[in-house]
Amino acid sequence: MEGRRTRVLLAKPGLDGHDRGIKVLALGLRDAGFDVIYTGLRQSVDTIAQTALEEDVQVVGLSILSGSHLPICKKMRQAMDRAGLGDRMWLVGGNIPDRDRPILMELGVSQVFPTGTPIDQVAEYIQHHLEEHTS
Amino acid sequence: MSKGKDRPDLPQVRLESGIEVKPVYTADDIAATAIAADDIAPPGEYPFTRGIHPLMYRRRPFTMRQYAGFGTPEETRRRFAYLMERGQTGLNVAFDLPTQVGLDSDDPQAEGEVGRVGMAVDTLADMETAFEGIDLNEITVSLTINGSAPIIMAMYFALAEKRGYDLSSLRGTAQNDILKEFVSRNTWIFPVEPSVKMVGDTIEYCARHLPRYSPVSVCGYHIREAGADPVQEMAYAFLIARAYIDHSLERGLSVDDFASRLSFNFDIHGNFFEQIAKFRAGRRLWARIVKEDYGARNPRSGWLRMIAGGGGGGLTIEQPENNIARSAYYALISTLSGTQTMALCTYDEAYTIPTEKAARIALRTMQLLTTEMGITDTVDPLAGSYYVETLTNQMESLIRQEMDRVESAGGIVKAISQGEIQARVARQAYAWEKGLRDGSIRKVGVNCFVEEEEERQVEFHPYDEGAAARQVRSLKRVRSQRDASRVAGALAALETAARQGQNLVEPCIRAVSVYASVGEITTVLKRVFGTYREPRIF
Repeated sequence: MEGRRTRVLLAKPGLDGHDRGIKVLALGLRDAGFDVIYTGLRQSVDTIAQTALEEDVQVVGLSILSGSHLPICKKMRQAMDRAGLGDRMWLVGGNIPDRDRPILMELGVSQVFPTGTPIDQVAEYIQHHLEEHTS
Repeated sequence: MSKGKDRPDLPQVRLESGIEVKPVYTADDIAATAIAADDIAPPGEYPFTRGIHPLMYRRRPFTMRQYAGFGTPEETRRRFAYLMERGQTGLNVAFDLPTQVGLDSDDPQAEGEVGRVGMAVDTLADMETAFEGIDLNEITVSLTINGSAPIIMAMYFALAEKRGYDLSSLRGTAQNDILKEFVSRNTWIFPVEPSVKMVGDTIEYCARHLPRYSPVSVCGYHIREAGADPVQEMAYAFLIARAYIDHSLERGLSVDDFASRLSFNFDIHGNFFEQIAKFRAGRRLWARIVKEDYGARNPRSGWLRMIAGGGGGGLTIEQPENNIARSAYYALISTLSGTQTMALCTYDEAYTIPTEKAARIALRTMQLLTTEMGITDTVDPLAGSYYVETLTNQMESLIRQEMDRVESAGGIVKAISQGEIQARVARQAYAWEKGLRDGSIRKVGVNCFVEEEEERQVEFHPYDEGAAARQVRSLKRVRSQRDASRVAGALAALETAARQGQNLVEPCIRAVSVYASVGEITTVLKRVFGTYREPRIF
């Protein structure tokens, strides 16, 4: 859609309360020209998928630092499929060890951004890869 | 303050708090920034700039209390034993997220989180297991618990009672600082007002029944970890402590009944001398606040008793072994600041729950200071330094200013309820991030002295998938063996007490004593108080 800014949903699933990273990312992506919606903490995967649908976002980003990214992303995969968001760009960030990256990619995560990733890198990834996804 | 005017050719140095550092300090700088005649009173004397005790570590070194806990209570007890066998002198219990937010291990929302970032606790049986064989008079236990603190504290008191300890002499600490949870860490459960009321319940209960127990450890630590600068860290912690004091006074307690049992938890990373000045200034300012604003007569009421620990916020994912060196500097700062208790984040903590080896290195780092460096030989060795005393004066003024700013805008409880503090701290975290990117903030391994092809040789603490299943089985066993009618009776009594605005500690103790679970008790309290909703600040 021409002239429309890319809409990004940032979400905190599970019980993890570490929200410094996601708030910083929200501020940074906004400065980079994105429309950012942040869900707040302790969201269920179904609420996140539903919000993504209602807000008509092109990108869904999850931040998980508690170490429970694998079980959460397995549930998120199903929630996205149920909501018909199968092909939406899906990013995961946080305390994600390298060895878990292939497992997440296998689940359909578009890209993994471990803690410490510069915001520019996330913004550039979205700009360069958005066409690969339908929305 | 002269602004580098002595040497205009030198680049300016500005601390996080905004203070400009001169290349050279003299006695004139101390005099120019002095606040009162008693600024540098001897250690153990009001206003305690140099330490709350006259002899400090010469009499007894700081307590070493690494944060530990994971999996089931069995596994956590083994880690406790490992640390105690190696000379750790206090315990600091980490609970898993379901326990922290009041969910039982078999709650669908707890799936995947049981035992992951701390020990799972559902009922008193778990606390009995975790502390089996540990003499609660021999080693002091700190419970890092907030949202569900009244329940976990009740379990600890019930456990002590059952094992025959005299509660009137039981020592220990609960973190139990719910206001900071709304700013950072976020293990809140109930709305702000009933949450503060329950902190008041624990303060009142301890003042009456456990006078040696510290019911609250007010945390600047996590606020700084979320992005606050050192001045805000201290200012917000003191404002939060004041909120608890004000609430307790409204209940009819007098300040000397409980203020001496309030303790504090602060963060160490960033500029070396700025941190030391922060603690010396904070200690002095807190003493002045408690005496001048609250009229405390007992000098101990104004003691800033603290755990000052090496903060995770200073450690890096990049070149993780460098974190061992960083933590050693943080430990040195903590010692030079007169802390009562120390804990260090381990070098692998950005990746994983600390491995045994990493936990041991952190403990040894502290032991190196107390045994090899002579650091505990004399009290407050930096006292009288032109730079340190000047910085201490400047920090005290800045902390006081930030406190005044928040108070004149309606106070800390309002500022937190409306998300104002959260937004301010998040904006600062963003400014920090931008500083790292533009190079105005330098961090070794992150934006300078970077290794190209980095090998991250971090050994991971294994997450035991079986632990959750074992925990759920043990919860089911407890549920089937307990007296269901007594549980129902205790929960009904708790609900009545909550609706009538009574102190909830005693009803919680009665409920946990018949093995009501964390989730069951929380459900009852949610029915009465509701659930917190985050203010939309983003």
